[in-house]
Amino acid sequence: MKRQRARSLTLAVLLVMLALAGLSPLRAVEPDERLADPAQAMRARALSAGLRCLVCQNQSIDDSTAPLARDLRILLRERIAAGDDDAAIKRDMVARYGDFILLQPPFNPRTLVLWTAPFVLLAAGGWVLLRRSRRPSALEHTAPLTEQERENLRHLLAQDQPDTPSGHPPHRS
Amino acid sequence: MTVEWGHFALILALVLSLCQVGLPLWGLVSRDAALMQTARGTAVGAFVFTLLAFAALTYAYVQSDFSVINVAMNSHSTKPLAYKISGVWSNHEGSMLLWVLILTLFAALVAMARQAIPLPLLAAVLVVQGAVATAFFSFILITSNPFLRAMDVPAEGRGLNPILQDPGLAIHPPLLYIGYVGFSIAFSFAIGALIHGRIDAVWARFVRPWTLLAWSFLTLGIAMGSYWAYYELGWGGFWFWDPVENASLMPWLAGTALLHSTVVMEKRDALKVWTILLSILTFSLSLIGTFLVRSGVLTSVHTFASDPSRGKFILGILVFFIGGGLSLFAWRAHSLRQGGLFAPISREAGLVLNNLVLATMAATVLIGTLYPLVLEATTGDKISVGAPFFEATMLPLFLPLAVLQPLGTALSWKRADLWAAMQRLSWVFGFSVLVMGIVLYVTRGGSMIAPVGAGIGLWLVLGSMADLWLRVWRAKAGWAANLSRLIGLPRSALGTALAHAGLGISLIGIAATGWGTEVIATVGKGAEIPAGPYRVVLEQVITRNGPDYRETIGRFQVYSDQNRLGVIEPGKRLFIGQTMPKTEAGLMTIGLGQIYASLGEFQTDGTVSLRLYWKPLVILIWAGALVMALGGFLSLLDRRSRIAAPKTARQAQGEAA
Repeated sequence: MKRQRARSLTLAVLLVMLALAGLSPLRAVEPDERLADPAQAMRARALSAGLRCLVCQNQSIDDSTAPLARDLRILLRERIAAGDDDAAIKRDMVARYGDFILLQPPFNPRTLVLWTAPFVLLAAGGWVLLRRSRRPSALEHTAPLTEQERENLRHLLAQDQPDTPSGHPPHRS
Repeated sequence: MTVEWGHFALILALVLSLCQVGLPLWGLVSRDAALMQTARGTAVGAFVFTLLAFAALTYAYVQSDFSVINVAMNSHSTKPLAYKISGVWSNHEGSMLLWVLILTLFAALVAMARQAIPLPLLAAVLVVQGAVATAFFSFILITSNPFLRAMDVPAEGRGLNPILQDPGLAIHPPLLYIGYVGFSIAFSFAIGALIHGRIDAVWARFVRPWTLLAWSFLTLGIAMGSYWAYYELGWGGFWFWDPVENASLMPWLAGTALLHSTVVMEKRDALKVWTILLSILTFSLSLIGTFLVRSGVLTSVHTFASDPSRGKFILGILVFFIGGGLSLFAWRAHSLRQGGLFAPISREAGLVLNNLVLATMAATVLIGTLYPLVLEATTGDKISVGAPFFEATMLPLFLPLAVLQPLGTALSWKRADLWAAMQRLSWVFGFSVLVMGIVLYVTRGGSMIAPVGAGIGLWLVLGSMADLWLRVWRAKAGWAANLSRLIGLPRSALGTALAHAGLGISLIGIAATGWGTEVIATVGKGAEIPAGPYRVVLEQVITRNGPDYRETIGRFQVYSDQNRLGVIEPGKRLFIGQTMPKTEAGLMTIGLGQIYASLGEFQTDGTVSLRLYWKPLVILIWAGALVMALGGFLSLLDRRSRIAAPKTARQAQGEAA
């Protein structure tokens, strides 16, 4: 039962990971640019959502109303209609405009740090924590109280008896 | 003359801030309590004079005094009064003045709060606050003075950027700045503790309310900004991973981590060194955010006032405070007594995991935002780091954390029974998974992320409710008794549940974007277009005049079957003094969803291109943020964190002794 619960949790997390890919919602283009074939139209939208409008500020050509974005969208749709595949179209776009046009930076030596940083940081942090928690707990190896300390403690406890501290809420145990 | 008085008040505020640094610092060195006490008076004084300066600038805006360059550049005499006032902070100079106004307000509040802060710590905190204020007063007076007069007085102002003339954006900067600047208190307390050399659970108790206050306002500010971008920019998106948005998200993530780590510190006297570091980092990220937005180093849809020459000054401030803070930390951290260790399965271990993930997320946003700048500066290569990168890196960090959150809250402090906690939540978990499964089945073939995200959101909401239920419910007690037990829970427990539920609500709203529909069409009079379960009909195209603009709108009737629900009027507005028309979205809220219409170009034959969206549950995105902030405010009412709580007998005794 315990293992099942753990497994279902793992499954949920895995499901989430699997589903991450298709989040970005599709946005707008002008009506006259659309391709007649719905599958091709979908491809065009997905591609243009990943390409940066070069004259805009942080907008994809799919979002942008700038004339250059429109030109690129039309170019892209002509290529799709002509039967070119996504990778070839992207490659040509990068050849012409550089990596700057890709909203998702490519994975290469120059972006290595960018892409690996989140996972390296998480792993490094986790490793530090693991090491810390594996260290023998200080709590288990404390020396017993001396007779003097016991006496002080009894004294303090006796003093504290009348007004119990009320600031902290009780916790479930 | 009022403007000159304002200018003078600003200079006096700078002088008082210098005193707020110098006098108590001298007091700290010479252990002179009277000198340390001057921190209070100077802090309150600096605030009062900043307020006077701010009032003078506001007066100039209300009077449309175009002899003041700042007013002439950013206002117009025909503008409605509310936008004349919000015009004060809708430009670079004025927004920086608002920034220091809030900074000095926080310092004054700390000076006047009835927290029993030991005098040396209080003095150190106010010294740091004064130093930050001094830097920013100098920045304003030297590079961004809003009180400068023009030699040739124009007859009319240039007008406010129309995109900023909006109720949402009028209150967005104040909310956001209260958040940003509020974290300065945690920073000052951290520096104060490093100077003072003492840090314990009481320190966390002082810092927590200020962090909570800042965090709640920042949450509201970000939500407001997101909603503004949603209806104002006309693409119907709510988050663009734009550098300026990232600038507000970084301190929010770090601040969220800080809220959680101070709990551990307060309850368990642990995570102390980390909490100090996090306090420094959170405000550092606020400063970086201010730098990114105000220096103009980024090209971004939101940067309206950018001037690279100012960038160097803010960069200097940034290097001084972040570098100084971190150096002090490196130098003094080892002298702080480390807290106790703890068991791997416990509430505090869960909170440590929360901090690990949130800190990684904040770092990811920071790296993603700065990477293109650094790469271009070092190699000359230009790359874009856009939404696809952030979605690919942030979601794998965030979603597992969200899945584990209710479980963490169900664990007890010190040593917890994971299995028992799972059992307690098994019904809620099972129900959430069941709902997710049903939705997956019903919407099969569609987006996967939507049902999964909504399922996790539901699990967060129900998990928070279950947490309260398990704390309160006793089968033998009646409903009334259980209800009074619920009301009797500590406010912080209710606030925590509310904030986590709010996160779940937002997540459901975000996931539901996957179920939206979109139509792009060229429409003429009488055209009928479907929008999800509804349809809209173009009635007519109208051109009309507003108070300070001329607009052309399409009037659409919205129908559900045969019932007319109302009218939406998307259009384009041309403001007086501007040349570019601005798109106005037409919105209708139906239940928790919205119909969103945005117009493109008007054609000569009387047709117009239309983008029409149906966005189910979209309201939940911002409603969730509101609930989160409400949770924060409710926690603030907890007796443990009340800033102005009457002194307890014991505290009063302690002071007398």
